[in-house]
Amino acid sequence: MAVGEVMRMDIPAGGDLSVTSPELHVLAVDDSIVDRKVIERLLRISACKVTTVESGAMALQYLGLDGDKGASGLKDLKVNLIVTDYSMPGLTGYDLLKKIKESSVFREIPVVIMSSENILPRIEQCLREGAEDFLLKPVKLADVKRIKELIMRNEAEDCKTLSHSNKRKLAEDIDDTASSSSSSSSSSSLEDSSVKDFRSSKRMKSELSSPL
Amino acid sequence: MELAQMQKSLQDYTKSLFLEGVLDSQFLQLQQLQDESNPDFVSQVVTLFFQDSDRILNDLSLSLDQQVVDFKKVDPHVHQLKGSSSSIGAQRVKNACVVFRSFCEQQNVEACHRCLQQVKQEYYLVKNRLETLFKLEQQIVASGGMIPAMELGF
Repeated sequence: MAVGEVMRMDIPAGGDLSVTSPELHVLAVDDSIVDRKVIERLLRISACKVTTVESGAMALQYLGLDGDKGASGLKDLKVNLIVTDYSMPGLTGYDLLKKIKESSVFREIPVVIMSSENILPRIEQCLREGAEDFLLKPVKLADVKRIKELIMRNEAEDCKTLSHSNKRKLAEDIDDTASSSSSSSSSSSLEDSSVKDFRSSKRMKSELSSPL
Repeated sequence: MELAQMQKSLQDYTKSLFLEGVLDSQFLQLQQLQDESNPDFVSQVVTLFFQDSDRILNDLSLSLDQQVVDFKKVDPHVHQLKGSSSSIGAQRVKNACVVFRSFCEQQNVEACHRCLQQVKQEYYLVKNRLETLFKLEQQIVASGGMIPAMELGF
């Protein structure tokens, strides 16, 4: 489903307007000031709103998940996507992912992990824990574009499910089962293709960095 | 110097940095992210890299100068520098960090000292080259010219 189709869909009654809005709000988590600057620009140039934080703890605080009730005032916009570095002091990206998936409020937010290290068990562990995707650093514009399309596609599918009427609830349930099983099979093929992508992108990288 | 000449010098200079392996394609990625709305993006990121790296190299020197070297402290610093140099396309710095990390793993203090010197050398080289590159760009802009887009034909 193309991004354009998302924008033409009817807003479901009582539905979340941010689903059909073209601007995702992304929370980017990275302890490196250089990487924060780069990911912020990559996301902004891809028409996303961006909030950057420097640690998993700050990310939880921003979301209001740290148990400190006073922090919820910080969040002024719904977060549609979390992009986090894996290796961070304190809470790793994996720890952050787990905390988000354990939360009844935030578990639906897609989480993408970034890492400079192409370690297959690490990638598999993150995907098993519910990460949407895994990006190998240094992150490129093509990576961000791909992620954005993936997220918008998923949000569009959620929106479609919401718009079914009660009369067709049975059919809807069947649809849900069919779409969730097709999305789980597509996510497992995504896992495979992501793994393939990591290997092929690694090959590409070695081609690019060989003496010119 | 004529504008066209300055622009040619800049292109040749940039090309040489790629050919020498000082910069890799990630630097081109950063240049693609620069436009009229963000005309100083590359120099901003690179400036952050310089500040960050100065700090890391300082910490590394201190850590390695200890009587008993704590490699649990040294390795994260090298990992950080490897990451940030990779993010801006400073290929030789990144490669030097990769070697450095393998000696950290072996807990080889002597070799780590040598690695630190190598990393510093590569860092000062790329710093020098990039500062020259930005000066060339500034001269062009000051003369009312545009920075030529990087040709990828090499």
